[in-house]
Amino acid sequence: MIKMETKEKKPLEKVCIICAKGNLEDVYASLVMANGAVMEGIETNLFFTFFGLEGITKKSMNHLHTATTGNPAMKMPGGLPFPTMLGGLPGVESAVSSMMRKQMDELGMPPVDEFLEMITAGGGTIYACRLAVDMFKLTKADLSEEVKDIITIGEFYELCDGDRTQIIFT
Amino acid sequence: MAVKTIAGVEVKVTDDGYLEDMTQWNKEIANEIAKELNIELTDKHFEVLNYLREKTIAKEALTIRSVGKSGIVDIKQLYELFPKGPLKFSSKIAGIPKPTSCI
Repeated sequence: MIKMETKEKKPLEKVCIICAKGNLEDVYASLVMANGAVMEGIETNLFFTFFGLEGITKKSMNHLHTATTGNPAMKMPGGLPFPTMLGGLPGVESAVSSMMRKQMDELGMPPVDEFLEMITAGGGTIYACRLAVDMFKLTKADLSEEVKDIITIGEFYELCDGDRTQIIFT
Repeated sequence: MAVKTIAGVEVKVTDDGYLEDMTQWNKEIANEIAKELNIELTDKHFEVLNYLREKTIAKEALTIRSVGKSGIVDIKQLYELFPKGPLKFSSKIAGIPKPTSCI
């Protein structure tokens, strides 16, 4: 019997991206992936939960931090290792994070609020997790205008239908 | 790389169908590539295409963000002009290389 090899491409039709962490890099990973999907014409749902809500909360979204302790990949400018003890000093995390945001800006990466707008402008949809919103005692008014709705995890899974859909957890 | 006849002109294209040489481009070629992508070009489209070509000649990196700030269209309008491929399709029609930007 001859085994036939199929070469038919099956492009992705939909992605559902979950952002559950509120570090600068985790939120941006979700935003870049979501925006990239929208630009490729892929239907995109972006779901923020738990600490990820920082990325869509008006008060915090443009001031996200990166962790300067417990982050072995963190380097000093110039490439030397970043001592964990130093990362724990008051103000260091804030300073490093603002430096990082500045570098990202120089590379043409938009601030979070603008990034969210870019995603919805292209037809992507942004949701917040009901359970996490209740837990952090937030309301819809605390969240970016780009957030379409606060939904349950069940409703999120309903959005993930289709056999060319992928769920991505960042 | 391959040679393809678009709008009666023999042009060199990449495997993805992007022009190898942006100087071979003209409006008829743009119209024909656009037709393949089911896009009917208007004056507004050409404003965007010319902007993309100018920036490419100036060796500036192209992102949908920079096009959105060009004063020609905002990002939403860019998606309306080039559905499902705001940068990819517009670059292809503009005869410039496939975009390398992630944003």
